[in-house]
Amino acid sequence: MADASASGTSSKRKSLFQTLEVDTRLLGMVGAFVVVCLMFNFLTDGRFLTPRNIFNLTIQTVSVAIMATGMVFVIVTRHIDLSVGSLLATCSAMMAMTQTAILPGLGLDFGSPLIAPLAILVGVATGAVIGAFQGYLIGYLAIPAFIVTLGGLLVWRNVAWYLTNGQTIGPLDETFQLLGGISGTMGETGSWILGVIAVIVAAVAIWGARRARIAHEFPVKPIWAEFALMIVAAVLILGLVATLNAYEVPERVLARQFEAQGLTVPEGYTQGYGVPYSVLLLIAVAVVMTVVARKTRLGRYIFATGGNPDAAELSGINTRMLTVKVFAIMGVLCALAALVASARLSFHSNDIGTLDELRVIAAAVIGGTALAGGMGTIYGAILGALIMQSLQSGMAMVGVDAPFQNIVVGGVLVLAVLVDIVYRKRTGAK
Amino acid sequence: MVDRSGTPLVEMRDISVSFGGIKAVDHVSIDLFPGEVVGLLGHNGAGKSTLIKCLSGAYRQDTGDIFVNGEKANIENPRDARDYNIETIYQTLALADNLDAASNLFLGRELTTGLGFVNDAAMEAETRKIMGRLNPNFRKFASPVSALSGGQRQSVAIARAVYFEAKILVMDEPTAALGPQETQMVAELIQELKKDGLGIFLIDHDVHQVKRLCDRAAVMKNGELVGIVDVDDVSTDDLLAMIIAGKKPEHLAA
Repeated sequence: MADASASGTSSKRKSLFQTLEVDTRLLGMVGAFVVVCLMFNFLTDGRFLTPRNIFNLTIQTVSVAIMATGMVFVIVTRHIDLSVGSLLATCSAMMAMTQTAILPGLGLDFGSPLIAPLAILVGVATGAVIGAFQGYLIGYLAIPAFIVTLGGLLVWRNVAWYLTNGQTIGPLDETFQLLGGISGTMGETGSWILGVIAVIVAAVAIWGARRARIAHEFPVKPIWAEFALMIVAAVLILGLVATLNAYEVPERVLARQFEAQGLTVPEGYTQGYGVPYSVLLLIAVAVVMTVVARKTRLGRYIFATGGNPDAAELSGINTRMLTVKVFAIMGVLCALAALVASARLSFHSNDIGTLDELRVIAAAVIGGTALAGGMGTIYGAILGALIMQSLQSGMAMVGVDAPFQNIVVGGVLVLAVLVDIVYRKRTGAK
Repeated sequence: MVDRSGTPLVEMRDISVSFGGIKAVDHVSIDLFPGEVVGLLGHNGAGKSTLIKCLSGAYRQDTGDIFVNGEKANIENPRDARDYNIETIYQTLALADNLDAASNLFLGRELTTGLGFVNDAAMEAETRKIMGRLNPNFRKFASPVSALSGGQRQSVAIARAVYFEAKILVMDEPTAALGPQETQMVAELIQELKKDGLGIFLIDHDVHQVKRLCDRAAVMKNGELVGIVDVDDVSTDDLLAMIIAGKKPEHLAA
């Protein structure tokens, strides 16, 4: 929908990007991201674009990126959610208390394989219920989302505090910690298998879309363009896998692992980390959310309501219930983000997720979600989260003073929106 | 001539709606027969749109009943209205500007695949078919409707009503934003739909247009019904007098 190249103008010679029918906005963001990466790579004498740093960047981005996908839906329906950081803390506290206090109290031993799934279930349910409740206040009682979630920002932060008495809860269950990033990765072989499956899925999806258009006798792009897209997708996917595989487990960690099994590390043995489970979770969330946005009635109604709430209502869409659903989805994603964030720390801390609401909103907005509603993409939000995280860690690596780091991030947020406004004006898109 | 001997397609009986203390619609009764176009005239705020929104489900009347084909109809929301084959073309067009024509046409009634996902290709194909009939020059199937001209947007809104085989069509100032050529297109479409046996309520400000397109005209003033007249029995001046003075012309006042 974002692509304005209408059919019927084939007489004019199209540019390469028009023929490929790729979103030029996406291209702009990717371009900005590449520039940021290259700049930091130059400033850090090549330390920024190492497998190790890229690995760290991906796992640092996951928590905010997961929530940003949900924030897209919230902002598209013309709402806002300021409570996500606090909701993350409450979900994290619930999961931490479940696995360290409640389940062992019910007779489940520490280390039982049931602990992690049960704790996650409790966390997700907590997020869904709180999110739906906030959605009810907004949709049915017509309290502005800004107020409800501003209240939520205070309430849920302190509910988390109350639940844990302000204590740091840990260490968390070992299975649970697998979703934290470096403590749980797929290994090299698993990652390659995943990469190959992803490439096949991408190719099949591109081909399927083409066949559907041919079946209805719609114009399609030239066949070489389809193959070019497939190749780009394959290079990106396999490139990421190769990079994450190239980050090798340090020798002392390997030595410790082998020691635990009573073995010694063989001469010249190395092992790559591969794709972290947390990144796998983010990819799964991104795929599901994209399918919801583009291929389900729920997604269609979310965008229609954002574009024109009255029209949606007159078309028989229950916009109140829709609000409840959107905020419930946001709550579930907060719970998943809480899972990743606390697992990465290996404990629940009282200040977990502080200021995340601002990072999440900024990621969605940098990713092209319009606060006026009706516009936004899931991949944009994830890319926005990645750009924000790259700026933050890049500046830390360069040694920029902490106050300047935040000044730059704030400036970039405003600048990104300005660029977006100018872009939309130029291209005539609204 | 319209045959008014059978059961009316729609009968709105003794409808009242008030907002706060203001009576927007005050005990109005009106009916519509198959193949008939009834014009609704009146000043801004006369209650035309409010009355008609009770039929399309956007408002709920305080008192009074609606009968469709002689049976009492319970219309609480737009979805109910659609179930009675009542389609409405709103003055604002009620289009989601950020979506393309096909998504708007099927909004709330998407075609889905076996797995429950929306079937965009099928919806676009259907949209191309119906637009080919209504507005053969329409090409912008991939653009959001915000990129369309007033006439193109109007044809999307009309296509939405026509596609789902409305029996009763409500048009709220369908030509207000259109140029002469597009207005002519709407006029021709109304004649065509009339032949198919649809009943149409046409809200309009233009008495000439009402005289040209409608069979009967209902005039409202301050929420009350001034009268329903056969357009062939009255001049445009008579209609204007009804709108402004709120009086039925003398030769018809029994």
